[in-house]
Amino acid sequence: MGKNELIKMVEDTVAVKDFPKFKAGDTITVTYKIKEGSKERLQKFQGVVLQRVGGGPTATFTIRKISGNVGVERIFPISSPFLEEIVVNKVGVVRRARIFYFRNLRGKKARIKEKRM
Amino acid sequence: MTSVYDENGKNIPCTVIQAGPCIVTQVRTKETDGYEAIQLAFEEKKEKHTTKALQGHFKKAKTTPKRFVAEFTRFEEKKNYGDVLTVDVFVEGEYIDVVGTSKGKGFQGVVKRYNFKGVNDATHGQHNRMRAPGSIGASSYPSRVFKGMRMAGRMGGNRVKLINLQVVKIIPEKDVIIVKGAVPGPNNSYVKIERWS
Repeated sequence: MGKNELIKMVEDTVAVKDFPKFKAGDTITVTYKIKEGSKERLQKFQGVVLQRVGGGPTATFTIRKISGNVGVERIFPISSPFLEEIVVNKVGVVRRARIFYFRNLRGKKARIKEKRM
Repeated sequence: MTSVYDENGKNIPCTVIQAGPCIVTQVRTKETDGYEAIQLAFEEKKEKHTTKALQGHFKKAKTTPKRFVAEFTRFEEKKNYGDVLTVDVFVEGEYIDVVGTSKGKGFQGVVKRYNFKGVNDATHGQHNRMRAPGSIGASSYPSRVFKGMRMAGRMGGNRVKLINLQVVKIIPEKDVIIVKGAVPGPNNSYVKIERWS
């Protein structure tokens, strides 16, 4: 069954910015706006894409980085108005669409083969 | 369901509802019926799928047969046969109640149906009792199971009313409203929208 036409109509009004293509295993840098009181500033988050979920403007993606010795994950909605820019740093070679096994890997094991352009 | 963003960039989960146009097909009055209400009808239906009795009913309001009919009380202004109601009756930001029929879940055990805990221990003698209800009463007194004892059975498919759902957005050209949160029932089902004010 296709998506309800009414839902489609509403989702068409939600703007999704043009971002480069990326998939699980890629290393990307996300620049997003942060509100601190009345001030707005930009912050960057660089990490490995674990998964992309959903389609259309409700889609999200999860990226993971190691900060200090702690793994940090962030989920971004693709249509979030706070998203400023996405830069693909590395294109990884992975065999699955969701690389949750990556969470259990540390140190030298936590490397993803890079696809050379 | 889908989601939209508000002016602060906050993601709001929401449901899209086709809320009109509705046509007044009957006006109930104190004199003839003993109470005040109006009957609204929604969505076209083929005449060959309509019984003769209902065809006459819709003809009285000078309209074509409709699929869904519901009665509403507490209307402030007077309505007449054949009046058309659109989403203009709603205001953005106001709170409404939505009545619908919940999704049928079939025959379910007590853990899913009444949120019983089940047995939290896989060992100590449990092997097929993990989701069992446990005792349903005492022995010689009362020698029976009390009425209303919560047990396994058919779940879902009930009339459910969700109160205080916010109207996030109104699209007047299409007679569509967007409501914050979920509403009872599957996709493409019918709901009744009420409002206290």
